[in-house]
Amino acid sequence: MDNVITRALTNLGHRVTSRIRRLGFASRFFAMTLVYSGTALKRFNLTIREIYFTGVLSLIIILVSGLFVGMVLGLQGYDTLQRYGSSEALGILVALSLVRELGPVVAALLFASRAGSAITAEIGLMKATEQLSAMEMMAVNPIARVVAPRFWAGIISMPLLAALFSAMGIFGGYLVGVQLIGVDEGSFWSQMQASVDFREDIVNGVIKSFVFGVVVTWIAVFEGYDSEPTAEGVSGATTRTVVTSSLAILAADFVLTAFMFRGV
Amino acid sequence: MSGEPLVEIRNLNFSYDGRPVLTGINMVIPRGKVVAIMGQSGCGKTTTLRLIGGQLKPTSGHVKVAGQVVHDLDDDGLYRLRRRMGMLFQFGALFTDMSVFDNVAFQLREHTDLPEDLIRDLVMMKLHAVGLRGAHRLMPSELSGGMARRVALARAIALDPMLIMYDEPFAGLDPISLSIIGELIRTLTQALGASSVVVTHDVQESLKIVDYVYFVSAGRIVAEGTAEDIRRSDAPYVHQFVWGEADGPVPFQYPAPAYADQILPGRALHG
Amino acid sequence: MNRAALDLWVGFFVAIGLASLLFLALKVGNLASSSTGETYRLMAEFDNIGGLKVRAPVKSAGVVVGRVSEIRFDQESYRAVVSMQLDQRYKFPRDTILTINTSGLLGEQYIGFEVGGDTAVLKDGEKVKKTQSAVVLEKLISQFMFNKAAEDGGKK
Repeated sequence: MDNVITRALTNLGHRVTSRIRRLGFASRFFAMTLVYSGTALKRFNLTIREIYFTGVLSLIIILVSGLFVGMVLGLQGYDTLQRYGSSEALGILVALSLVRELGPVVAALLFASRAGSAITAEIGLMKATEQLSAMEMMAVNPIARVVAPRFWAGIISMPLLAALFSAMGIFGGYLVGVQLIGVDEGSFWSQMQASVDFREDIVNGVIKSFVFGVVVTWIAVFEGYDSEPTAEGVSGATTRTVVTSSLAILAADFVLTAFMFRGV
Repeated sequence: MSGEPLVEIRNLNFSYDGRPVLTGINMVIPRGKVVAIMGQSGCGKTTTLRLIGGQLKPTSGHVKVAGQVVHDLDDDGLYRLRRRMGMLFQFGALFTDMSVFDNVAFQLREHTDLPEDLIRDLVMMKLHAVGLRGAHRLMPSELSGGMARRVALARAIALDPMLIMYDEPFAGLDPISLSIIGELIRTLTQALGASSVVVTHDVQESLKIVDYVYFVSAGRIVAEGTAEDIRRSDAPYVHQFVWGEADGPVPFQYPAPAYADQILPGRALHG
Repeated sequence: MNRAALDLWVGFFVAIGLASLLFLALKVGNLASSSTGETYRLMAEFDNIGGLKVRAPVKSAGVVVGRVSEIRFDQESYRAVVSMQLDQRYKFPRDTILTINTSGLLGEQYIGFEVGGDTAVLKDGEKVKKTQSAVVLEKLISQFMFNKAAEDGGKK
């Protein structure tokens, strides 16, 4: 009996300490990525290359999803609003939900599963095939050469992707609301413009997507760099990237929203 | 053995997670020679290479390369030293997102400001040395195992290192590729005036090309000598290894509780 | 993929990304006409501001001329002190009356400027004297009921 309790406690303690140790590693890794960012920024073509892989290759999924999310918002929003006789407020509903929440959050979730997993898998495989080790032996720091460019590419791509998602979504809402259902085009845009504030809504949305960009790419590069150098290890790390960054996005979104839109 | 040593390892101990990996290693690698470190898989050979390259730090003792104690160097010093070392990894470890040409050019681009046409000439020379000048456009995924190893070798010697380390250069190669790599190790060492350390368990191939051999077992050096000494050695472990016998001082069985205890029913297995 | 094609794609990506940010800023957020220009500050005291909120519009003749920037409670006069940022382009006479109105029956509340005839105009940081409190719907209804009841009583 005593034994069982002791073992359970030991187990719990071991889990907690190993989690905390990993968090410590991750923080140190984050700091090192920033310290060794000189190469990524000075030789910017390294980062441009990674923007292609993280940003450009995510374009299709972001644009298509944005369009559909906006179209669904148009349909659902109209259905609800017309009951209260305020269907011309559709523009506000579509724009605010996209710019404040759905744009940054859904784009970040898609980014995590499209680009984040790819980053983890790539770095993990480079580790498993000793490419990172080889780089070290060639007197090139892998954090500066491999990790930092990917990190900055993610941070640059994420806000742009979120903006594209929102813009595409508003266009989708416009297509369904104005072209298909027949809400008045003038009031669709003017109501939207009157209610969406640049600083309050759009800048805050961009700040959110920037934070998500940092969180997702940080998790992705760390999981890749820290993965077990085996096939199993890399696949596990890829899964962890998607799961951890999705949870982190939603948690960060709650915290940011609480700070940004409090009581206004 | 003559000449001033390039690498000198004294009383080296290394343990990982409290488990000793290397114990009391003394090793000397003279300039211009090919030295082999042989032993079974998992006996600490690769660890020795990583200690020479400064990727691991010894628990005690020291590793000196070209007069400098490797683990006392700061990051800059270590990186400066590594520019004068080349390492061939077990499966080549080529950068899979770059062509053969870019792989070989990697260090030249990272560490020098040479103009692109000079880099091109240098890369072609290195690729010519390993006989793969014609393959410079290929991607690593299009290469066979032996070719990948040769490209990796060209990459390792891109900056004309003073020390070349080979981690299992013969593993998984067909007989032709095997002799090509063996031949290359010999000729490149001579042409560059470098020293080579070959970590291997391929006895027959390496004995043809090496000047001196260290035999490592369970983290200790158990025998050393020239290729001829090793072939003639009657130390039981060396004999078993060189002639590839299944049983001997190195038992066939992994350490386990007594056989009878484990298969007889009614006995506690854990204890 | 060669370098030039890669650069082209990344350039394209960054360009459309920035274009959509611009679209959000101008077409959706209406940055061009919102309060990025020069503003000046006015203050006013109200007995009751009802449901007025920070960032509520300030309108004159139905046109948005500014926004509410701050609302606080004055401990001495027990009244609400409202600060507003008004567009520099618009000047108002000193005898302008401020009212708190509601757009529609249940819509958001805003401050309305009813312009007077004074030749002197309100300056930055000045306090507007004449204000009219918000119409509180519950009060209005109970007043109506009370009057109705009184009327009925009088008839008898």
